[in-house]
Amino acid sequence: MPSPLTEKQTLEIGKSNKRKYMLEKLSARIFLLCALLSVLSLLLIVGFVFYKGSHPFVAEGYSFIDFVFGVDWVPSEGKFGIFPMIVASVFATFGALIIGVPIGLFTAIFLAEIAPKSIAKIISPAVQLLAGIPSVLYGVFGLAIIVPFLQNNLGLAKGQSLLAIILVLAIMMLPTIVTVAETAIRAVPKTYREGSLALGASQIGTIFKVVVPAAKSGIMAAIVLGLGRAIGETMAVILVAGNSLIIPTSLTDSVRPLTTNIALEMGYAFGTHQEMLFATGIVLFSFILLLNFVLAKISSKGGN
Amino acid sequence: MGCMLMSTTVIERNNAEKGNFSQMKQHSGEAAKISVTDLNLFYGEKQALYNVSLGIQEKKVTALIGPSGCGKSTFLRTLNRMNDLIDGVKITGDIVVDSENIYQSNDVIKLRTKVGMVFQKPNLFPMSIYDNVAYGPRMQGIKNKKELNKIVEESLRGAAIWDEVKDRLKTSALGLSGGQQQRVCIARAIAMKPEIILMDEPTSALDPISTLKVEELITHMKKDYTIVIVTHNMQQAARVSDKTAFFLNGEIIEYDETDHIFSMPQDQRTKDYVTGRFG
Repeated sequence: MPSPLTEKQTLEIGKSNKRKYMLEKLSARIFLLCALLSVLSLLLIVGFVFYKGSHPFVAEGYSFIDFVFGVDWVPSEGKFGIFPMIVASVFATFGALIIGVPIGLFTAIFLAEIAPKSIAKIISPAVQLLAGIPSVLYGVFGLAIIVPFLQNNLGLAKGQSLLAIILVLAIMMLPTIVTVAETAIRAVPKTYREGSLALGASQIGTIFKVVVPAAKSGIMAAIVLGLGRAIGETMAVILVAGNSLIIPTSLTDSVRPLTTNIALEMGYAFGTHQEMLFATGIVLFSFILLLNFVLAKISSKGGN
Repeated sequence: MGCMLMSTTVIERNNAEKGNFSQMKQHSGEAAKISVTDLNLFYGEKQALYNVSLGIQEKKVTALIGPSGCGKSTFLRTLNRMNDLIDGVKITGDIVVDSENIYQSNDVIKLRTKVGMVFQKPNLFPMSIYDNVAYGPRMQGIKNKKELNKIVEESLRGAAIWDEVKDRLKTSALGLSGGQQQRVCIARAIAMKPEIILMDEPTSALDPISTLKVEELITHMKKDYTIVIVTHNMQQAARVSDKTAFFLNGEIIEYDETDHIFSMPQDQRTKDYVTGRFG
């Protein structure tokens, strides 16, 4: 039988509880602060880029339309047109998707549905490690292997080309697509597979008629994430792009995507030139924002 | 006792041609649609079925009863080789469906077309009611719109759900109630024109009224199909089945006319189970 607490003990407990509540509140604040830090960083970066990038259009009388649709980029003459770069970025990204999505999707299906555990155990970590390779190494690989390969086999004067970018980006987006798509496919209830197989469907038939459609929203998310990875990639692209300022008319043309333009020139640019590079950043950022918006739409649809 | 012997199908192996069961001697007048002989099943090291032998008769409802984990679902799934999906399953013995040893043939697709299955929980695909029912026939290569329409209607009628869904065939099947979904699952199985339908506790996820409808359906369906049903519900077994097999710890303890199993079981363990003393 516990004896009732003395007055002094009650007081002490009250005190220690007070300290606990203080600590509780304090920790909550610290967590909040940490959480706000990322929002703050986002606001700062976006604000800074927009502030710097909008300056020429607001204060110096440049036309934004001419900027986006202009085909000449000659900073020394005050010509700032990024249309060739937008085209290059879009082509490179979608080209990479055309190669990367089927390969990534088939890999994900193989890992989730077909591969025996022992084989999946080797391939899965390999794909994930691919995501951990620094992008500059992809660029070096592209420059040392893919570029000479294209140069020799297609008889080009210069192997650095849109095609080289597409190939490097396709490899780079694989881990994102494979990992996200594999998770989506694994999340499809086992009962769907059983139901389909019990109806006399083959394994491949089951995969394409039931499993993949059921994992559709997750697979779409995988594709959009891969797209985001490709469009924002800079380092690897610089090394294999060739960086010519032309609107590409063939896969073998040397091109300069948006990211590359910023990275190449920011080091020595100043004044309007520098601000125009920030404006390039705005366009790039808008693309990525758009992708995120699409992604959010897709995943909210998948929730239903 | 005599009655029990009469009704139990006894299978004798033809030693000259191992695995050929076309020359079966049957002591009862009825033909066995499925003959199982000395079936043993192992999940890795663990044995789940021990020397199971029984004959399942054509166009009858055979109920498999027994406590959880006794192997009745496992046994059911050997009949359309659904256990093939699980890694490390080893099976010995013979299962002969219409004189074809199903574990000697590699054509599981053909087997599963002939032996349909309805699962414990309704597992319709996230597509329209029509597409669900047409799924199997389409997989068989039937593309003709008219033919598909006919199959879908016949199947849904066969599963006594046509009137409830005929106006919403193109809407998502997942919008139906659980009981309706399960009947569409039955329709989906019927659409394959199977000869045998396996049902793995088909009403355990349903409310009493839906259960009743499915039971009525089963009783009605046995004129066209051979039905094997696993159930936890002994009243259900008594209501719908013609023959009942009692499973315990991976063995068949008793297999007889349903009436006999419930009114005068021969084995004490069967008696204890059907009278609710354990399980």
